[in-house]
Amino acid sequence: MSEKLVVIGNGMAAGRVLDHLLERDPARYAITIFGAEPRVNYNRILLSPVLSGEKTFAEIVTHDEAWLRAHAIDLRAGVTIASIDRAARTVTDSTGATTAYDKLLLATGSSPVIIPVPGADLAGVVTYRDLDDVEAMLAAARKGGRAVVIGGGLLGLEAAAGLAQQGMATSVVHLMPHLMERQLDAAAGYLLKGAMEARGVEVLTRANTKAIRGEGARASGVELEDGRFLPADLVVMAVGIRPNAALGKAAGLTVNRGVVVDDEMRTNDPHVFSVGECVEHRGQCYGLVAPLFEMAKVVAARLTDDPAPRYEGSFLSTKLKVTGVDLFSAGDFADGDDREDVVLRDAARGLYKRLVLKDDRLIGAVLYGDTGDGAYFFDLIKSGANVSDLRETLIFGQGFTNAGGGDPNAAVAAMPESAEICGCNGVCKGAIVEAIAAKGLTDVNGVRAHTKASASCGSCTGLVEQLLALSLGEDFQKASVEPMCGCTDFGHDDVRRLIKAKELKSIPQVMQDLHWKTSCGCAKCRPALNYYLLCDWPQDYEDDGRSRFINERVHANIQKDGTYSVVPRMWGGLTSVKELRAIADVAEKFNIPTVKVTGGQRIDLLGVKKEDLPAVWGDLNAAGMVSGHAYAKGLHTVKTCVGTDWCRFGTQDSTGLGVRIEKFMWGSWTPAKVKMAVSGCPRNCAEATCKDVGVICVDSGYEILFAGAAGLHLRQTDLLCKVATEDECLEIIAALTQLYREQGRYLERMYKWSARVGLETIRAQVVADAPRRKALFDRFVLSQKTAQIDPWAERAQGKEAHEFVPLKPVLAEAAE
Amino acid sequence: MNARAQDFIDVGALEDVPLRGSRILRSPAGDVALFKAADGHVFALRDECPHKKGPLSQGIVHGRSVTCPLHNWVIDLASGAAQGADEGCAQAVALKVENGRIFVDARALAPAHG
Ligand code: SRM
Ligand SMILES: Cc1cc2nc3c(=O)[nH]c(=O)nc-3n(C[C@H](O)[C@H](O)[C@H](O)COP(=O)(O)OP(=O)(O)OC[C@H]3O[C@@H](n4cnc5c(N)ncnc54)[C@H](O)[C@@H]3O)c2cc1C
Ligand code: SF4
Ligand code: FES
Repeated sequence: MSEKLVVIGNGMAAGRVLDHLLERDPARYAITIFGAEPRVNYNRILLSPVLSGEKTFAEIVTHDEAWLRAHAIDLRAGVTIASIDRAARTVTDSTGATTAYDKLLLATGSSPVIIPVPGADLAGVVTYRDLDDVEAMLAAARKGGRAVVIGGGLLGLEAAAGLAQQGMATSVVHLMPHLMERQLDAAAGYLLKGAMEARGVEVLTRANTKAIRGEGARASGVELEDGRFLPADLVVMAVGIRPNAALGKAAGLTVNRGVVVDDEMRTNDPHVFSVGECVEHRGQCYGLVAPLFEMAKVVAARLTDDPAPRYEGSFLSTKLKVTGVDLFSAGDFADGDDREDVVLRDAARGLYKRLVLKDDRLIGAVLYGDTGDGAYFFDLIKSGANVSDLRETLIFGQGFTNAGGGDPNAAVAAMPESAEICGCNGVCKGAIVEAIAAKGLTDVNGVRAHTKASASCGSCTGLVEQLLALSLGEDFQKASVEPMCGCTDFGHDDVRRLIKAKELKSIPQVMQDLHWKTSCGCAKCRPALNYYLLCDWPQDYEDDGRSRFINERVHANIQKDGTYSVVPRMWGGLTSVKELRAIADVAEKFNIPTVKVTGGQRIDLLGVKKEDLPAVWGDLNAAGMVSGHAYAKGLHTVKTCVGTDWCRFGTQDSTGLGVRIEKFMWGSWTPAKVKMAVSGCPRNCAEATCKDVGVICVDSGYEILFAGAAGLHLRQTDLLCKVATEDECLEIIAALTQLYREQGRYLERMYKWSARVGLETIRAQVVADAPRRKALFDRFVLSQKTAQIDPWAERAQGKEAHEFVPLKPVLAEAAE
Repeated sequence: MNARAQDFIDVGALEDVPLRGSRILRSPAGDVALFKAADGHVFALRDECPHKKGPLSQGIVHGRSVTCPLHNWVIDLASGAAQGADEGCAQAVALKVENGRIFVDARALAPAHG
C-alpha cells in the first residue's frame, strides 16, 4: 500500500475506474476521493426515475459506506479541490488542506450550461445535474403550480416528464424546430412531441428564451423572444453541458473544450489521468455513460501497468428514459446521396423506424415506438458488418416476423369511420364502407351512384378506391394515381383530403401519417405540402420558408445573374406622383439598372442586389407601397381600364372595382398564380377574357368570367355567371378563389383545375348553392386575416435578416 | 493550433446558418455558399451551379441536396455533383466544425493568384 492515488470527482466515471482497478489489483493504491457532492456515489442517469417518483435515492446508490470501508477508501464527501500543484504532486481542497499523490485521476464531469439571459440567477431557476437539483424540483412540485423547462433534449424532456408526473403543469421550451434534434430526425421528433403532449407536457418548439422574469427575488415566468410569456413557479434550464476542465487548465494541463487525453487516457502530465465527461479525446467530448465505461477500463489498465487496452473513441446510442416512450437512436442518421434510407412507418401503431445504409453497411438507426431491436442494430453499426443479404427484411428487425409495413392502404385503414372522405357531398368513411358491403359495390361508379362520394369534383376518387381495395381485397383493381413525387405513393388529391380528414397540421406530421418514403421530402413535395397546410389551417399552421421556392422565401424574383426584381403593388394599375417619385428615388439611390413597365400595369425594378432588398422595401413602404407578389403562387395583378371615370364607353366603375378586388384579395396564397382584370365594357381593354378571373362590366351589371390564360397556353375564359352589384361580384370571386385554393393541385393554374373538375361542378357550388358560397367566402375572409401582412414591411424591419446579410469571416487574430 | 488558424478561417457560428437553409460568404474569390442540412450537417460549395452558374445558396435544401433556383438541377451538398441525368459538378469547399464554429478552407476565400 505504498502508492497514493487521488481521485477528483466522485461521479460515474470515477466509480467505474475504481471498480476495475480494485478488480485488477486491490492492494496497489491508497485511495482518496474528493467529491464536491456531500454524499456517496450514485447512478446519475437514474435521477429521472427519482424525480418521477419511480425510484428512491437509496435504490440508485452504486458505492455505499460499506464498500468504502471494505476497500479502505477515504471519501471526502462535500470537499471540492481548489487547485493542483503538479510540480509538488499535491492537491489543495476548499478547506485549505493539502494532499499528496503519486497518481492523480481527474474525473470532474461537466456542469450544466446556464444561458445568460436576464433573470437566470433568480431563486426558482434550477439546472438538472445532481441530487440537489432533483430535491429542489421535488420541493417545488410539492407546492404544485407551473414549471417551464428550457431545452427539449434528453435531460429537458426527462425533467419535464418527471415534473408533470409530480403534478406540475409543465411546458418545454425548445429553440429548434423539433425535439432532441441531435439524436432524432424530424419525423421521430414529431412523434415524440405527440407523446410528451399525451403526458400533459406542453411543447413549444422554435421558442427562444429572452428573459426570466421575477417577482422580488423569485422567478415568476419565462419571456420568449416572440413576446409570449409563460408563467412559472419553477424554471429548469437543461440546455446542454460544459466539461469541467477549469481545474485542469489552471494546473497547466492541455485543455481545449475538455482536458485533452491520448488513447491511454493520459493528460500531457504522465502522472495525471483524466476520465469521463471532463475529457476531450481526439477532439470529441462525450455526454453519455457508454464512452466513460470504455475509458474507465483503459485507465484501470494503465494504473496497473497493463499497456494493452487503448481507448479509440466511441459510437453512441441514446435512449430516452420516459416511462412509456420508446425511443432509440444510434450512429449517423443524416441524409446523403451516398446513403440509402430504409424507412418503415406504421401510423396506426405509432411506429417509425429508419435505418441508414452506406456501402452495404448500417451506419445509423432511429427507432420510435418499438425499440426492441435497438441493440441488434447498434451491434451491426459497431461491427460494420456487410448487410446486403439482410437488406430486404433488415428493418423488421432480428426476429423478422410478419410486420406488415409499406402498405399504401394503411393510412386510410387507420382513419376513423367518421372521417369525411368526400368534401363536396359530405360523405364519411363509414357510409362508404357500409354501402360497399350492403350493396355489393365493386367500383367507383357504384360508390358514386349510391353515396354521391367522388361524384362532384372527384378529388376524393383515390380515397374511395382505397376504401374499395380495403373492403374487397385482391378483387379490386384500382386505376393508378400519379404520385406527388418520388417521396410518396399518394397523389395530390389524396394528400389534400387526408390532411383535412386526419387533421394533419405540420409537414413532419403529414410525412409520418402518410408514410413518406424519405425523411424530409424533396423540392417538389415540400412546397406543395407547405401550401396545402397553409390553406387548410390558416390559423394554426406556421409557414415554413425553407419549403418555399426562393422567390417566395425572399419576396422578390430571382434573375439569371442572381440579382432580384422588385415589383410594388399599384392597385388596379393606378399610381400617383408620390409613388412614382419614391420609385425614381429608390432606383437612383440603389443604382437599380432597369426600370420597366410590366405587362401587368405596374413597374418592375430589375437588378436589385439581394443585400439591398430590405432597404429598398423600407423606402417603398415609406411611400405607402407594398409587395406586388409578382413572385407568388398567389394573387398577382388586377388590371383595370379607365371605365366610367373617363371613358366615353364605360358602363361601370371598372377601375374602382378592380382596386376593391385587389385590396380585398392581395396576399392570398393559391395553388398557382392568379391574375385578374376588370374591363368597363365589352371592348375589354383590360384583357379580362384571358385572365384567371375577369369581369366585364355591362349596363345591367357584371359578367364574371374565369379559367382563362395567355401564357404557355392561350385560353379564353368561360362565363361563370352574371350579377347585378359589386358586392355580389366580390362574394362570387372570393368564393371561386377559395374553392380553387381548396381543390387545386399545387402548380395547377385555375384553367386546368376547372378542366379537371368541370365548369358545371364549380358553378353549382359557387353560384347555385348560396350557403356553400357563403361558407367558402367566410373561409376566404378568415384566411386573409393571417395572409394580409406585407412581407416587405416585415423584412424591412429585420425579419429573416440572415437571408439578406452575408456571413463575415472572423479575422485571423480572433480565430485563435 | 497555428497551422489551423492559417489554413482555415472562422466564418461564423453553427447557429448562423439556418436548418435546411444557407448563408452566403462573400470573398475576393467569389461567393461561397454554406448549407445546413435537416440533420444539422454543414457543407460549403462555391455558389455557382455547374449548369448556368445559378446561385445554389438560394435553392431549397432537402436531404443532403440542394435544388438550384434557376433550372432545378439537384446538387449533392457533399460532393457538389449534379444528381440524376444532369452532368456537372459545383466546386466543394473544405470546411470543419469545431466548438460550434464553422471554419472554411482559407484558400477558397483568397483571390486566385496568377
Ligand atoms: C415582368 C413581367 C414581364 C414584363 O416585363 O412585363 C413578367 C415577368 C415574368 N413572368 Fe410573366 N411577366 C409579366 C406578365 C405576364 C403576363 C401578362 C399579364 O399578366 O397580363 C403573362 C400572360 C398571362 C398569363 O399569366 O396567363 C405572363 C405569363 C407568364 C408565365 C406563363 C404562365 C402560364 O401558366 O402559362 C410564366 C411562367 C410561370 O408562371 O411558371 C411567367 C413568369 C414570369 C417570371 C416570374 C419568370 C420567373 O419565374 O422568374 C418573370 C419574372 C420577371 C421579374 O423578375 O419580375 N409569366 N406573364 C410581367 C409582370 C406583370 C406584373 O406586373 O406582375
Ligand atoms: C438527469 C440525468 C440523466 C442522464 N441520463 C443518461 C442516460 O440515460 N444515458 C447516459 O448515457 N447518460 C445519461 N446522463 C449522463 C451521465 O450521467 C453522465 O455522462 C455521467 O454521469 C458522467 O460521469 P462523470 O463521472 O464524467 O461525471 P459526473 O457523474 O458528473 O461526476 C463528476 C463529479 O465530480 C464532482 N466534481 C467536479 N469538480 C470537482 C472538484 N473540483 N472537486 C471535487 N469534486 C468535483 C461533481 O460534483 C460530480 O459529482 C444523464 C445525466 C443526468 C444529469
Ligand atoms: S373598355 Fe373600352 S370602354 Fe371600357 S373603359 Fe376601356 S376603353 Fe373604355
Ligand atoms: S443554373 Fe442551376 S439549374 Fe440552371
